[in-house]
Amino acid sequence: MLDITRLLEDIKASPHEEIVIRAPHTGVVAFESCRPGDMVSGVSGEWKERPGTLLATLTRERNPKPVTAMQSGELRELHTELEGKFVEAGTPLAVVRHFLSREEVISMLLKHALHLFTAPERAKYYFTPAVDIKIKTGGSRSVTVHHGMELLIMSRMKRETPVYYTGPGGIIYTVYFKHNQNVDAGAPLLGVCPESQLAVVEELVLRVQTEWKERA
Amino acid sequence: MDIEKRAQHLTDRLSYIRDIFVGRNGEIIDSLGVRLDSFFQNLADGSMKSPLEELVQLEKGFDEVERLLDSSLTPMEKVRIVRHPQRFCLRDILENVYDNFTEIGGQDEHSIDPSMVIARATITRHQGKKKYSQLIMVIGQEKGHGEEFRNGGSVKPWGNAKARHFMQVAETENIPIHTYVFTPGSFPVEDYPGAAQQIASNLYEMAGLSVPIISVISEGGSGGAEAIALADRRLMFSHGYYSVISPEGAAAIEGRLKGGARATPELIAHCAERLHMTAQDNLNFGYVDRIVQEPCLGARPFHYDFFRTLRQEVIRATDEAVLGARGFSPMRRLTLRRWGRDDTNMDEVFLSWNLSDSAREKLVAKRQKKFLRLSKGACWDRRPVLSRLRRNARESWDSLYARVKFELYTRHRQRISNFMNETLSMAVWLRDRMLYPITRKPVGPRLRPETVRELTTLSTWKEEDESRKGRWAYVSPRAREDRTVTCPNAATHGCLDLWAPDLYGEFAGVCTTCGHHFPMEYQWVVNNVFDADSVREFNAEVEAANPLNFPGLGESIQKAKEKTKLKSACVTFEARLNGIRMIVAMLVGPFRGGSVGAAEGLKFVEAAKLAEKKRYPFLAYVHGTAGIRIQEGTHGVIQMPRCTVAVRRYIEAGGLYLVLYDTNSYAGPVASFLGCSPYQFAMRSSNLGFAGVGVIKETTGIDVPPHYHSAYKALSRGHIQGVWDRREVRANLEQLLLTAGGRNLYYR
Repeated sequence: MLDITRLLEDIKASPHEEIVIRAPHTGVVAFESCRPGDMVSGVSGEWKERPGTLLATLTRERNPKPVTAMQSGELRELHTELEGKFVEAGTPLAVVRHFLSREEVISMLLKHALHLFTAPERAKYYFTPAVDIKIKTGGSRSVTVHHGMELLIMSRMKRETPVYYTGPGGIIYTVYFKHNQNVDAGAPLLGVCPESQLAVVEELVLRVQTEWKERA
Repeated sequence: MDIEKRAQHLTDRLSYIRDIFVGRNGEIIDSLGVRLDSFFQNLADGSMKSPLEELVQLEKGFDEVERLLDSSLTPMEKVRIVRHPQRFCLRDILENVYDNFTEIGGQDEHSIDPSMVIARATITRHQGKKKYSQLIMVIGQEKGHGEEFRNGGSVKPWGNAKARHFMQVAETENIPIHTYVFTPGSFPVEDYPGAAQQIASNLYEMAGLSVPIISVISEGGSGGAEAIALADRRLMFSHGYYSVISPEGAAAIEGRLKGGARATPELIAHCAERLHMTAQDNLNFGYVDRIVQEPCLGARPFHYDFFRTLRQEVIRATDEAVLGARGFSPMRRLTLRRWGRDDTNMDEVFLSWNLSDSAREKLVAKRQKKFLRLSKGACWDRRPVLSRLRRNARESWDSLYARVKFELYTRHRQRISNFMNETLSMAVWLRDRMLYPITRKPVGPRLRPETVRELTTLSTWKEEDESRKGRWAYVSPRAREDRTVTCPNAATHGCLDLWAPDLYGEFAGVCTTCGHHFPMEYQWVVNNVFDADSVREFNAEVEAANPLNFPGLGESIQKAKEKTKLKSACVTFEARLNGIRMIVAMLVGPFRGGSVGAAEGLKFVEAAKLAEKKRYPFLAYVHGTAGIRIQEGTHGVIQMPRCTVAVRRYIEAGGLYLVLYDTNSYAGPVASFLGCSPYQFAMRSSNLGFAGVGVIKETTGIDVPPHYHSAYKALSRGHIQGVWDRREVRANLEQLLLTAGGRNLYYR
């Protein structure tokens, strides 16, 4: 049984991730103008095409390489004592404290609470007709699944193969795939929640939605 | 009621004047406003003795002020005029100039692209009691009076494709085409068929369309305008503009603005003036044939006299094009001279617009020659007269020699040889068949022992390296630097850092992990692709100039000349590839971004002509091009149709026109003489397209994904025919020379 209060308290006690930024290879470090306490931005843009805040430049063989923040947050540490020095690969250069957003917290908690059924192959996935009708009329949570149930159709190059559900029984809480889109092998297709825990999971999500305070 | 309507009309006129003269002539306009306000006040309280007389006086006052203001219009104010929602649009022309019309290819928003309107129209002419109805295909951009779905006349690629389709319909039906240009520029997306690719296709089509084309320009924004403006007669409205770029775009470039920053109104106005974009400027340059006079401050839908004038002008222009193609008999010459007068009512004379096959050929030839003649004085042609004469004589001799050798001798020899080979082959086959019962030898081709061995044993590895003995003929100077270089794909492909001497030397600028091609100098291709010591440059004396005296251009061209030791961004030379002679026109990136102006256009045209004369393949190697050189204004943009005409003449003469894109190629050249080639190839990691990412974002508001302009994207949408590895260019080119091309190549 899930202990919602304990889970939430654990996350609230440390509502962030500490990301250590290390030197990707050897080289001489030159830090930029950022200082500890500054807010930095991570990779952004619709296609993650904009790099994050430039933290330092690592030069090896007269080849300067930018070291940027991968996620947004507060710059906690900056090892300025390494300024101008030669460092080994993997040497910590900075620490960024990334504050978890509401969605990140929910997805973290759901990973604990749900059983994730993953894609066996890269292919397009569809529900079997009987399940599909149920989902269309009553939503995904109206479908109860059990081990060995014929649940999905895997379609690849016009070859259609039935996919049988494996795992604990329960209701489909989340559907991760979209119609007519390829899903990579190993990517989650469904999040299944045991019936007995449905109320608990819903409460969990509700509490995060209402109680979680996001920091920029 | 009539008075109120007329007074309301004056209010519209006043608001129009205010919109045009932003920050100028405030006093005169305000006094006009005061008079109008007092008229309305008096009308409301009934204190006017004769409202009609007062109104007439007021209207006269408006006319007078408009006349006064019109005499001092600046180019930027003309730009505001053509963009104003009150300006007449194509729909007004269709209703007022033509006697009848049917819109085809869509209606209003129910169209594949509502900004491109196509209509079948008729013009009825009288002679005595006789009536003659003449058919026309009308094609043009439609801005609409504030209709959002028209996209301001900015045509999407599929809109231009629609225009091209109906041009072909007109050609099939042998009817003239009237095109009306009302566009600030093309919608610069690369979705199929792609903005550049489609404009190039339209230009190529129009360069050889065998029906009269009359083009009338109101707002002629760069490539978007050219997509329908390669015409036999080009007219321009007196208050229109025709330019290589919008003044705002030019100001953004001049001001080096980035990230959506806006240029100041003063800089925009300055650029509008320096670009020489008005009708009078373009008439002086020879890029339009005639100006259609508009009423003061530009025509609006209520100027019915203007539409009458326009009707006369388009009929006259069509008649002139038709007569020019038919040839001038003394009677036609006399008639044309009289018809050229403004007082002739073109509705009262009749000339059939149907052309015979020979007249259609002549029409196309005249159009092509007309464009080839343009912009010759816009660059420095410093070829000495004597050497030019010598070269002309040599080229004429080459041409004559090629004609005699290939058309008389080779062709007949080929025919005889083909006939003999066929006959011999049949005779052998018949003999074998007939002797089979006696000899019992298998009928069929007999393979030589070495062929059998070649086909039945493992092939030997023939390395390309063997021919060059493991060394490149040219190595980039960057290979002398002791440093490492990071591949841009390192994060996604895990590429290791590369040592510069390796990368720019042995690896030919190619990442050994992912195959990314780093940009290399143009000398790399010149020295490593063509046979050693086979390159012979010609027309090197043609120099880029500053024909509009654009501030700063002269100095920057001088700097580019000193930096690159070249005189223009286009280098033309004759070269050999494994013994096959060819003509190459190369656009060099480091010279002003490889931009094309009058000098580059002239050299390109001359190169195409020489390739045609000598019957050599013609390669356009684009090391890099940023587009048309905007500081040359219409001298630059006219190179789009001009060079396309040269290319079309060359291809139709039976040549092989190849384009190879290296590094980055954008805008006008890609949307015309490069994009129209049937054989286009790109080096891996090159980018090509119509407009850059920033321009797309600014003009359309669309965020484009990374690698939007990559060669592979261009390959996927069918713009290019293949992506090549730099190290294999020589082999690929040779293969192509032997397998593609027209009938007139000497080595076939």
